[in-house]
Amino acid sequence: MSIWERLGKIDRRIIFLIIGIVVLIPIIFGLKMSVQISPAVQSAYNAINDLKPGSAVMISIDYDAASMPELQPMLIAILRHCFDKNLKVILIDFWPLGLPIGTQGLEQVAKEYKKKYGIDYVNLGYRPGDIAVMLRMGLEIRNVFYGDISGTPLDSLPMMDNIHNYDDIAVVVGLEAGSMGDYWVQYVNARFKQKLILGVTAVMAANAYPYVQSGQIEGLIGGLKGAAEYERLVHHPGFAHVGMASQSWAHVAIVIFIILGNIGFFVERRKGKRL
Amino acid sequence: MKKKTIPLAITFLTGVIIVVTFFIPHPPFGRLQEDALVWYSVIFGFTMLLGVDSLVRFHATKLRRREKGSWFSTIFFLGLLLSFVTGLISELRFGDAFKVQSSFMYFYNYVLIPLQSTMFALLAFFIASASYRAFRARNLEATLLLITAVIVMLGRVPAGYMLWHKLPPITSWILNVLQLGPMRGIMIGIALGTVAMSLRLILGIERTYLS
Repeated sequence: MSIWERLGKIDRRIIFLIIGIVVLIPIIFGLKMSVQISPAVQSAYNAINDLKPGSAVMISIDYDAASMPELQPMLIAILRHCFDKNLKVILIDFWPLGLPIGTQGLEQVAKEYKKKYGIDYVNLGYRPGDIAVMLRMGLEIRNVFYGDISGTPLDSLPMMDNIHNYDDIAVVVGLEAGSMGDYWVQYVNARFKQKLILGVTAVMAANAYPYVQSGQIEGLIGGLKGAAEYERLVHHPGFAHVGMASQSWAHVAIVIFIILGNIGFFVERRKGKRL
Repeated sequence: MKKKTIPLAITFLTGVIIVVTFFIPHPPFGRLQEDALVWYSVIFGFTMLLGVDSLVRFHATKLRRREKGSWFSTIFFLGLLLSFVTGLISELRFGDAFKVQSSFMYFYNYVLIPLQSTMFALLAFFIASASYRAFRARNLEATLLLITAVIVMLGRVPAGYMLWHKLPPITSWILNVLQLGPMRGIMIGIALGTVAMSLRLILGIERTYLS
């Protein structure tokens, strides 16, 4: 077998090793790459940036640890943006295993901006029921969330005084690793005309693009790149920028492997024709 | 006869009520919808218990029969027990299992998160290997797919911009124009299929769920 033919039959362990190296090096050395802002992320940023101080933003944590590397940087960047603009944040959760992650992110950024619980932000915790919870919040949030994450009645939290349903929430941000994003659009935007922003994993971004063009969502933050773009917009490059370098070189490595594979394929095919 | 008629009647009534209340949210329909949603939430809560029950039975059977790979079931029981015990202790000690210093959160942060992240991260390696093997220019269609995949892969990362500054706008065009048309078609198709299936269920034409 010639060297050209071997290119078409590279052992998968070699591929794994090279991908591992190109992913690890930027993380170990903290290499960062600058990203270009896409229109969908810019729209998402503008939708929050244009809100008046004191407006309420609801963030829904619809992911767990598996999608954390992509979606957690989005949460952190959006929270920084909200607290920087003095917006009120309400955190809810539809994934039971996502609640601790969301809570950690919220507490971390709230501490950074010296925000007070119950006045600047509230964590309502997890409720089962997906669509039912979404629809019932359209009438009265208290019908679903009787208390916050610790069981404190919502009426005893000053921030919640004038917040009862979607009429009192300026924007809902759904951070999605499953089908909840579709539900937000189909039930909450369609029925209550609620402004929405979706942050989704990269593999889901293609499915969410139709919602951007149809105007059903204000903006779309797709995958780690979307998170890195948002980090750049809030002038706070963090984990997504480091991850972007890894992802960038991993994509380049995959493209090189595809080219090598095709060279091997053509050499083999030409040889087959000759015989 | 009754065994099938009663569930069919319940399905028909529930379906009709939900559809009517969605379009007429005023009394008395609005109230009906609110009640239906409360029931839905309660049933949804119980499905989680049902899930735990089903998992426990499945793994207990595997252990009892000493099937191949039954040690995975032992790990399942250990995980279940550990999360339950740490959750209970944390709740009793701190009044909230999610307190950062609680044992439950230690278990969550240092066992569950790394395990779940690892499982998801493995995708990168398999995708790389699968792309290398699958993207071969065997014919015109495969070549078009290959070229599009390479452009999108590079255009979605900063390295693509460094290679050629026009790659990101070309990628955006592919995603917003080429991809969006078929995607809309698929979504509309799914929606119409869902409506058709719902009607079949409500009208009692589709009865496989009863068997």
